[in-house]
Amino acid sequence: MDKLLEFLSFQDPNVRVVAFGTIFLGMSAATVGTFAFLRKRSLVGDAVAHAILPGIAIAFMLFQTKNPFVLMSGALVSGWLAMLLIEHLSKSTKLKPDTSIGLVLSVFFGVGILLLTSIQHSGAGNQAGLDQFLFGKAAAMTQNDLLAYGIVALILLITVALFFKEFKLLSFNPAFAEASGLPVKRLQFILSTITVLAISIGIQSVGVVLMAALLITPAATARPWTENLLMMMVLAGLAGGFSGLVGSFISFTAPNMPTGPWIVMCLSFLALFSLFLAPKKGILARIQQQRQNRKKILSENLLKAFYHLRENNPETDTFSNLQLLRKRHFSQSEYQTALSRLRRNFYIMPKGEKWQLSEKGYEEAKRVVRLHRLWEMYLTERMRLKADHIHPNAETIEHIITPEIEAQLLRELDYPETDPHQSPIPYPRN
Amino acid sequence: MRWVVKFESLKMEINTPALEVHNLTASYNRKPVLWDIDFQLPQGQLIGIVGPNGSGKTTLLKSIMGLMEPDSGYVNLFGKKLDDVRERVSYVPQRESVDWDFPASVFEVVQMGRYRKSNLFRRMSTVDREITTRSLEKVNMLEYARRQISQLSGGQQQRVFIARSLAQQADIYLMDEPFVGVDAATEESILALLTEMKEQGKTVVIVHHDLQTAYEYFDWIVLLNTRLVAAGPKDEVFTSDLLQEAYGGRLTVLSRIGDLIAKKDFPLRESAFKEKEGRGDG
Repeated sequence: MDKLLEFLSFQDPNVRVVAFGTIFLGMSAATVGTFAFLRKRSLVGDAVAHAILPGIAIAFMLFQTKNPFVLMSGALVSGWLAMLLIEHLSKSTKLKPDTSIGLVLSVFFGVGILLLTSIQHSGAGNQAGLDQFLFGKAAAMTQNDLLAYGIVALILLITVALFFKEFKLLSFNPAFAEASGLPVKRLQFILSTITVLAISIGIQSVGVVLMAALLITPAATARPWTENLLMMMVLAGLAGGFSGLVGSFISFTAPNMPTGPWIVMCLSFLALFSLFLAPKKGILARIQQQRQNRKKILSENLLKAFYHLRENNPETDTFSNLQLLRKRHFSQSEYQTALSRLRRNFYIMPKGEKWQLSEKGYEEAKRVVRLHRLWEMYLTERMRLKADHIHPNAETIEHIITPEIEAQLLRELDYPETDPHQSPIPYPRN
Repeated sequence: MRWVVKFESLKMEINTPALEVHNLTASYNRKPVLWDIDFQLPQGQLIGIVGPNGSGKTTLLKSIMGLMEPDSGYVNLFGKKLDDVRERVSYVPQRESVDWDFPASVFEVVQMGRYRKSNLFRRMSTVDREITTRSLEKVNMLEYARRQISQLSGGQQQRVFIARSLAQQADIYLMDEPFVGVDAATEESILALLTEMKEQGKTVVIVHHDLQTAYEYFDWIVLLNTRLVAAGPKDEVFTSDLLQEAYGGRLTVLSRIGDLIAKKDFPLRESAFKEKEGRGDG
């Protein structure tokens, strides 16, 4: 706890640089990465990140300096080259996009490793630390680096803000953008450039190998929570920034821990969390939905058993467990689930050992039977199915039909009196 | 005397074809899909581009909109080059050409029709919003303005695309299969809208694959099957001979030549015969 407070007070200038640096880098990569994600260019991002390595090595060999602007320029050039090459290969050869991405990634990365190794063995005094571009070197960030990356991050954010609506259209429907006379080529150039820029500064914190995670994972995390692009971008930025903070905190408390991989771990955890818990699209929400459906089906089936029993002996509305279970088979637990749900809705009431169908329950039972028989009518009349083939289908669909669809069915079939088996279709009392 | 001159130039403007396709040859993945297409379309008509699957209808539309580079020939709109009349031309791509699981609302997408070169990095104005609203109203989608596009049915998606195109307030509309995946009632209301646009003097060009309805829907028809079979008023084009020609299968020799061009990497046109320059005064 003390460690956390000490960290969050940002007293130590070193801590300040590393923490703010990783937050900046995480946020800018996430913002730009949102477009890469929506344009389905995730793998291109990964390839470009790897392809940056030879650029950095060559820039270092030429200028013998680790000045962040020099290295970044090298990164920018080779990242750009890789992106153009991928596009060119898939356009003018028979190679499929995934092949050209794989090719460019491995060739550039291979060359990068080669150059890096030869620099390492050249014995130049100041080469130390260059290999850290592989996995990131956030902990070694200096005040100068922070300034450089801060400026670049700011440029990125301003560019995104300026071209927000154009980038939105470009990501959604590039052909329409071009047909509207927007300068699509130039916009694409700008978008690609800021993507390469975000990657070339992002590798500072997580390295080329893990860079794709910093670019894409925040967007994937944010996507299920919102249907608004700006909101999605903000959420992705928050996920990226927060992960940067967590990563730098962990390497602060345990100095042997690498920052970059921890940032990625945190991001992955957030993505997993989102995958499970997101409303509607999340795994948990879907399991919940399926459980609800199952309960609905069970209780409606039991209600139908009541209805059929009553249809056969109209003088009573009270039936025993035995009667009900003979009418329709339920397992013990299914039967209990259905019973308790019907009781909760006051569709049935206990009467001694037996169960009495309430007026409300009777109406609801009529509704389910009506849907079943209406759907059977639809299957025979519209889909021309034979009368002996329609029952299994209707058993499922009766639970799905909404009031709007029911209304449409009634209109289309013109309020039929009986179903294809000549059973009457029950209508509401009034 | 000045008004006479003005009248003359006005008459010329009306008589200029809305669309002139001159000797257009285009290929897809090096394989020729359109051979020497040459026709003119008048203004203020509802025009169908009709032909069997794979006959190059979409490629023709994309070439007209400058979305792909033709191997030879050129296109003029209102007697001018596309770039000079961009704001008068509107394009509705195929519904399936985009991913509808994109984080945007119906209103946002229709508003994209207002994006122009002239309002780069500017916010949308009140006028833009008003036009967007009215376009949504015209396709009966105003009540869905706040809806997420991922929740729309096929017919609703199509109407959103048409509304986006209406928001461009163009003079010629080029629509790629606007009736695909649309229920009968929507099809009828879209057709009514297109007819209304025509009555206001707009030119509407529709790529359409359903031969059953083509005669009923359009005034003019362009019959296509990798080459131009016929273009003209529907009664001249909808003859059993011409339909047989368009739908009776490919020309065997022509498609074998096309295959050879793709396989052996021949040029589709020698450079001296590309005819890229329009005669248009634009």
